Amino acid sequence: MAEIAAPAQAQGERRAGSSSGAFPIAPGVKWALGLFLPLGLALGWELAVRAGLAEGRLMPPPSRIAETLYALARSGELWTHAWATLWRVAVGFAIGAASGILLGALSGTSEAARRLLDPTLQALRAIPSIAWVPLFILWFGIFEASKVALIAVGTFFPVYLGVAGAILSVDRKLVEVGRIFRLSRLDLARRILLPAVLPELLVSLRSGLGLGFMFVVAAEFMGASEGLGYLLVDGQQLGKPDQILAAIIAFAVMGKAADSLLVAATRPLVRWQDVARERL
Amino acid sequence: MLELARLSKTYADGTHALADITLEVRESEIVSLVGGSGCGKTTLLRLIAGLDRPSSGEIRLDGERLTEPNPSVGIVFQEPRLLPWLSVADNVGFGLSALSGGERRARVAHALDRVGLSEHAGRWPRELSGGQQQRVAIARAFVTEPKLLLLDEPFSALDAFTRASLHEHLLGLWDESRPTVLLVTHDVQEAVTLADRAVVMQPKPGRIFDEQPLRLARPRDKLSPGFESATRRLLSTLDNSLKPAHLAKAERGREAAALWW
Ligand SMILES: Nc1ncnc2c1ncn2[C@@H]1O[C@H](COP(=O)(O)OP(=O)(O)O)[C@@H](O)[C@H]1O
Ligand SMILES: [Mg+2]
Repeated sequence: MAEIAAPAQAQGERRAGSSSGAFPIAPGVKWALGLFLPLGLALGWELAVRAGLAEGRLMPPPSRIAETLYALARSGELWTHAWATLWRVAVGFAIGAASGILLGALSGTSEAARRLLDPTLQALRAIPSIAWVPLFILWFGIFEASKVALIAVGTFFPVYLGVAGAILSVDRKLVEVGRIFRLSRLDLARRILLPAVLPELLVSLRSGLGLGFMFVVAAEFMGASEGLGYLLVDGQQLGKPDQILAAIIAFAVMGKAADSLLVAATRPLVRWQDVARERL
Repeated sequence: MLELARLSKTYADGTHALADITLEVRESEIVSLVGGSGCGKTTLLRLIAGLDRPSSGEIRLDGERLTEPNPSVGIVFQEPRLLPWLSVADNVGFGLSALSGGERRARVAHALDRVGLSEHAGRWPRELSGGQQQRVAIARAFVTEPKLLLLDEPFSALDAFTRASLHEHLLGLWDESRPTVLLVTHDVQEAVTLADRAVVMQPKPGRIFDEQPLRLARPRDKLSPGFESATRRLLSTLDNSLKPAHLAKAERGREAAALWW
């Protein structure tokens, strides 16, 4: 999920002529290099199908996927499905992340709460989240509630673990600075703990969001009449690989966009950080 | 006046870090604690700062008993311990949140000026060198105008040149409000440069071995004969403190005898 970046780039430093590796790459080309492989493959496949060298029925050429995507967008179907999926992820993520932050903060700051909560939560975490689906369907029905619940559960654990772990590993030396200036418990949390855990909190929110997108597919597989996951199942049942690939591309775009939005929205909060900034 | 009365500290793991420390430091006096590593210097400062509790004994500042962090006591740690998410100016003003914005800004600006970092006020700590970071830490401690300032080897990680310039910044700041200063160092020359008195400590358990007044005129000239002889005397006391107890005692006995004759 994280991009690989050389440390020097991560700090935003551009030392003249320095580039990682033995063969320096011109700056303009660097970006294009990552596109080379996917575009090359797509073009190759397109040409192979056009030339009659390959059949392209199960693996449709890019032009056909684009056509399908365009048709879905024109008819408005794409937006209905994308919106349904996005809504589920957003609500599930909000519930899962909020409860993960709350319980993680409790567990990280109070030993009593940790001893009370952590063993149970760790045990629950050992259950593969998908295993809850039948139960959730019995409890919440087959409509939105059970899907949102699954996504919330999937998001909860990385956030809970990230927050609790981050609070526990806050540098004792910085906490002592707070004690020297006689901060109240609330001020200590606000002025020292919160900013100290923020970078790790954002990392865990990002992995929670990624899992949210993973679980929305699972949830929509279980029976849905709309959503990108439904498009996948529908494409499989009707033998329309171009529709499946169109839905996959829509997922990729949406997932990346949501992730970038989260990063962009939270970047000002962690401007002070140099190490984790690019990793975030 | 700072009074330490029969202060002892035994850590939870049984380490006997300090035994029976009794010491008085006059108002505005600069006392240097000198000793090898592990003789309890950091432990002693942490007890005075209220970060740890003594196993027995008591600490008084102007008659008031200290048991927890106190607004009249400031500390500079061995590392700068700046908060990486605050700008340099906000780090310096961290302890001033009770003041109004205007007064806080004025005091921070003044303190930054005194340590020569005015033009770095808006930068992040990570953008400063080690010596600059330590100056920010010193400014942060001074800006609250404590009556007692504790410094735990604040310059030990710096090169000799940076250290000398920080000594001047420190004395400049001290001259403004003249707090009582307890400065831990393992550098004899640093003690002689800064202190009115050096207290030599000895390990296992940490205790006071000897003390030596340093009555040299300020500003001190490192090349003057008085400076050199004070440095040499302190070095030899420090050497003795590191010898096994019975040897040191015998030698002190001989010295006393020699003086008597
Ligand atoms: N938190 C602690 N728990 C147990 N032992 C400690 C702790 N802190 C320091 N000590 C021990 O106490 C002794 C004095 O340590 P310290 O005060 O750090 O010495 P100094 O600062 O003079 O080098 C050492 O033997 C050290 O190992
Ligand atoms: Mg120490």
